[in-house]
Amino acid sequence: MSDGTVLPAIAVAATVAATLGAALGWAATRLRPDEDRLVESINALLPQTQCGQCRYPGCRPYAEAIAHGEAGIDRCPPGGDATVRALADLLGREPTPVDPQFGAVTPRAVAVIDEDRCIGCALCLPACPVDAIVGAPRFMHTVLEAQCTGCALCLPPCPVDCIALRPPGRPV
Amino acid sequence: MARGAAFAAGLRLESHKALAMQRPLQVAAAPALAMVALDQGGGVAASSAVNPGMRVRIGTEIARPGDAASAAVHSPVSGVVRDVGPHDIVIENDGADTWGVPLEPVPWESLSAAGLTDGIREAGIVGLGGAAFPTSAKLTAARESSVEHLVLNGAECEPWISCDDALMRERAGDVVLGAQVMMRACGALRATIAVEDDKPEAIAALRAALSCAGDDRIGLLAIAALYPAGAERQLLATVTGVEVPHDALPPAIGLVCQNVGTAAAVAAWVRTGRPCISRIVTVTGGGVNQPANLEARIGTPLAALVAGCGGYRGNPTRLIAGGSMTGRALDSDAIPLTKAMNCILVASGADLAPRGPAMPCIRCGDCATACPAGLLPQQLHRAVLSDDTALFERHGLADCIECGCCDYVCPSQIPLTSSFREARARARARHEEMRRAAEARQRFEQRERRLAAQAQAERRAFDEARRRARGDGPPSGGTDAI
Repeated sequence: MSDGTVLPAIAVAATVAATLGAALGWAATRLRPDEDRLVESINALLPQTQCGQCRYPGCRPYAEAIAHGEAGIDRCPPGGDATVRALADLLGREPTPVDPQFGAVTPRAVAVIDEDRCIGCALCLPACPVDAIVGAPRFMHTVLEAQCTGCALCLPPCPVDCIALRPPGRPV
Repeated sequence: MARGAAFAAGLRLESHKALAMQRPLQVAAAPALAMVALDQGGGVAASSAVNPGMRVRIGTEIARPGDAASAAVHSPVSGVVRDVGPHDIVIENDGADTWGVPLEPVPWESLSAAGLTDGIREAGIVGLGGAAFPTSAKLTAARESSVEHLVLNGAECEPWISCDDALMRERAGDVVLGAQVMMRACGALRATIAVEDDKPEAIAALRAALSCAGDDRIGLLAIAALYPAGAERQLLATVTGVEVPHDALPPAIGLVCQNVGTAAAVAAWVRTGRPCISRIVTVTGGGVNQPANLEARIGTPLAALVAGCGGYRGNPTRLIAGGSMTGRALDSDAIPLTKAMNCILVASGADLAPRGPAMPCIRCGDCATACPAGLLPQQLHRAVLSDDTALFERHGLADCIECGCCDYVCPSQIPLTSSFREARARARARHEEMRRAAEARQRFEQRERRLAAQAQAERRAFDEARRRARGDGPPSGGTDAI
């Protein structure tokens, strides 16, 4: 075997490798998976309670944290195992039970205002992330059950502790 | 000559119908205590219109229809309301049997179609085939899509049940009259009464009634006895040769289907003015002494119906509302008769083959051969096992009619139908959760936008006020000293 056949072969292999390398390098920078779309798909699987139990200020920030690899998929007690499974499917990870340090998985509940004790202070109104509390200063407030996500964010601001979480669909 | 079935598959089952047909149709004794359910089986409860202590008579309206998809409920006895619960109204029978509504014929030929459907709603008539869907709602929907063909379902394909057979033999004239009234109510131009060919007496009675009525718009069709020939979509395919699209209802292709029992209830209402306070129910099975078909008041406890048929025999193993294929096992005979119950099956050990433990699926494909809806139950089973909602929806779980054919043929004795039913309920719950999440998200995002706009407006108002305080100078272009 003479050098006349080996050198062109090496040259061809080197050219092919360089071309493919350049193409992959270009693809890695230009054809990056659309991060926004990933955040959107993750956000669509979260229960939108905006409760903050995951230690992020809402569902979308948590979705961003998952997309950036900063948080696990096991931080959402309102979504429970179904949400973990859906996220695991989407992201190709192993589903794990919801980490109890972020809260216990409980059945759906809604906030109910004890109207006899409500003093009409309106402090709970801005706390509700989905505008599900109707009321005005010095008027009695009430929760729209169909819209309430059970996030419990209205409980701490109430000065007379007249809001409680109850199973939905019960006559008050 | 009977027409063969036009649907994909089905089963030839032992009918067990002769047992209750040995005796003629009987009228059951009125109950001492009638317990009338507010939800008569259609899934929507009517709202009670009486209070404890009120005196009612037969036919007094005791519950108002809630919305379009429910019907009125009437007192089946005369007496005093003892209790109004969240689910039922208990009336103590005084035995006087006096009617609280005028018993006079309804001039149906001079009523408009809308007047007829209103009357049917007020008379509390619902689908007596077992679904108890309000007949007026079905007829109104049919009228609005100008259906052309009314099919009366007298197939009664499920084993053990014979209440429609008894009805067609004894009251064929009412079935024909009911067909005429319902055609007027829904605007159909012709009607077909479809009966399985294993009921020659019913077919003869209907033929006589039809020649007596002399209405050539109404035809009679004998169809091959094959389970589930009486399922709505399967029956319509057999009768018309056209399949109802899986994502549409029969009115979409100009058809409407009603049970023969419902037709007879409509006829009884126009003939006598009586609302629906009773129905024919089959009480049968090896666990009852004298199986028979009874015309019983709604609200009669099932124990009283069984007692009316000679009581329990031996040690019955199961009490089932409905037939052996789609019926529901009951855990007590204290529950009352509803308009949805066509059969009380008191099964002895010999009636129902014991089910062994479920074995793994061997992918034999027998279930796919049997499925009358043309589905692949073995694939659905895999999707359900892996709890993959998207997969089982893609395999058409929504089109499962829960007839039980796949269960029946499965050599591994896998309880397929009940697992499909549960999977459907789970899928419904999940869809509901997704819908709620989407709504919450929309509300949250709207609120965020509103708060941002408010903050911006406040900042602008603040800047404006500050400028004015400085002496109305022109905007300084961002070179604030502060």
